[in-house]
Amino acid sequence: MAAKLLNSRLATLVFLAIIIGVIPYLAPSAFYLRVAAVVWVFALAALGLTVLMGYAGQVSLGHAGFLGIGGYAVAIGPAQFGLHPALCLLIGAVIAGVLAFLVGRPILKLKGYYLAIATLGFGVILSLVFHSESQWTGGPDGMQVARVTLFGWRLSGSANWYWVTGGALLIGAWLALNIGASPTGRALKALHDSEVAAAGSGIDVSAKKLAAFVIGAVYAAVAGGLLAAMNGLITPDAAGFMHSIELVAMVIIGGLGSVLGAVVGAAFLVVLPQALTFMHDYEQAVLGFLIMAFMIFLPAGIVPTVRKWLLERLS
Amino acid sequence: MSLLSVEGIGISFGGLVAVDNVGFNVEAGQVFSIIGPNGAGKTTLFNLVTGIYKPLRGRVSMAGEDVTSLAPHLLAKRGMSRTFQNLQIFFRMTALENVMVGRHMAERSSLLSDILGLPTAGRQNALTRDAAMALLARVGLTDVAEATAGSLSYGVLKRLEIARALAAEPKVLLLDEPAAGCNAVETEAIDHLIGEIAKSGVAVVLIEHDMKLVMKISDRVLVLAQGRHLAEGPPREVRENPAVIAAYLGEHGTREADRAHG
Repeated sequence: MAAKLLNSRLATLVFLAIIIGVIPYLAPSAFYLRVAAVVWVFALAALGLTVLMGYAGQVSLGHAGFLGIGGYAVAIGPAQFGLHPALCLLIGAVIAGVLAFLVGRPILKLKGYYLAIATLGFGVILSLVFHSESQWTGGPDGMQVARVTLFGWRLSGSANWYWVTGGALLIGAWLALNIGASPTGRALKALHDSEVAAAGSGIDVSAKKLAAFVIGAVYAAVAGGLLAAMNGLITPDAAGFMHSIELVAMVIIGGLGSVLGAVVGAAFLVVLPQALTFMHDYEQAVLGFLIMAFMIFLPAGIVPTVRKWLLERLS
Repeated sequence: MSLLSVEGIGISFGGLVAVDNVGFNVEAGQVFSIIGPNGAGKTTLFNLVTGIYKPLRGRVSMAGEDVTSLAPHLLAKRGMSRTFQNLQIFFRMTALENVMVGRHMAERSSLLSDILGLPTAGRQNALTRDAAMALLARVGLTDVAEATAGSLSYGVLKRLEIARALAAEPKVLLLDEPAAGCNAVETEAIDHLIGEIAKSGVAVVLIEHDMKLVMKISDRVLVLAQGRHLAEGPPREVRENPAVIAAYLGEHGTREADRAHG
């Protein structure tokens, strides 16, 4: 019974919904909501990597590039073409998806380290484009993103953005959970363990990898669009290498392949730097040390370790 | 027309001819065994037939249709399944899920319905699960259905691979050493299972080192030595073929064997 509950999709969603619902009542100030909203956005981006890395086992070190595409779509669309930001969010997701489809075909033939380097190169290229195409992107300083109005309601303030990002995360988590429990998810997890055996079972391995790559890109683009609109600003940094690494670290620290793990990992890497600011000069060093410690002592990631512990206690 | 037909197939790796001009035919319902000393090219031959290696020469056809060099997943769609000598198990999944993956081709749900969690995906999951449970029962693994594959023993995993291969409802089934590492009881069970599979009209191609098993269940035996066709025929004929005995035991060993037989 307990085991069933711990593994069920609905339980995961309800748990996440309760967390999202409760935080505003516990948060002492708007600043905390702000931080939480950032967590939700990065968790959404990390969920894309949960599908790509966690399910299908394909690493991407350029995923923030797709985040940048979503962000710049929401910035450029309204500024240059007068389009509605919500429409631009959709357009950004489509562009990221199409680009992932085109780039993914040749790239996903590579495995392991080679795939990592190729995706890294792709991320670097995107970041360079955002840097240098200043007539569109505002160059290294980035660009302002117009305030969002939805059905005559001006979307501003930490509380509003908290609910929008929290809702987006819930939807994203629901979709990722669906994929995980479906025939497609089974195929992705299968090729993660053995491509030869997956192909032998009739799974079109390259098509499935590509699907996972496209899904991951769309997640990142939507997250990037929300992040840019919420911050009112997007810079090439958002698409940079460091962010790609952060996204990978989130899914690994939280627990590879775990939906809740992506959220926990995002919380870890967004909240901890804030919490460590009192250490001033040592902040980064302590953060790095903590990441190392978590990987050494919880190699399976936080959520799978806790889940296993709970299962052993309950049974 | 044979269900599986291989003609003059060959491949070299960096100048070393691993398989050279090998051909054979397997009919529906037949158990066709491939034997030979270590390094004879048996598994390489399997890899050529199942599309993992692309042959430099020769042709593979199924029921008369040329399937040479088709990608493995397309061959699977044509009805070819296999197991692997060095297990290719989805170690992080449960035994049941391993077999469910084998049902992939029978699954009818689109990517979209999978993502949105539509009822079609749920119904498909239930159908797949039932079919997979039935297959686990067939190979006698019902009690480990929910166990993670990585925690199961070698002999159990060998049977799990067979269940997964059967899940694809193959017309041609290639088994690479299904009884390796199995004890006598397990070998007996696999022997029985292979017989049943063949009886259901599947063409079974078998690589096996357990000669007792091979001689008992095979309709025909192909002997490979150093990548070449050495002999082919019914088990009894092959067993008495002097060239086969020489290949297995060597010149010296053959003399010893003669002396031992008196």
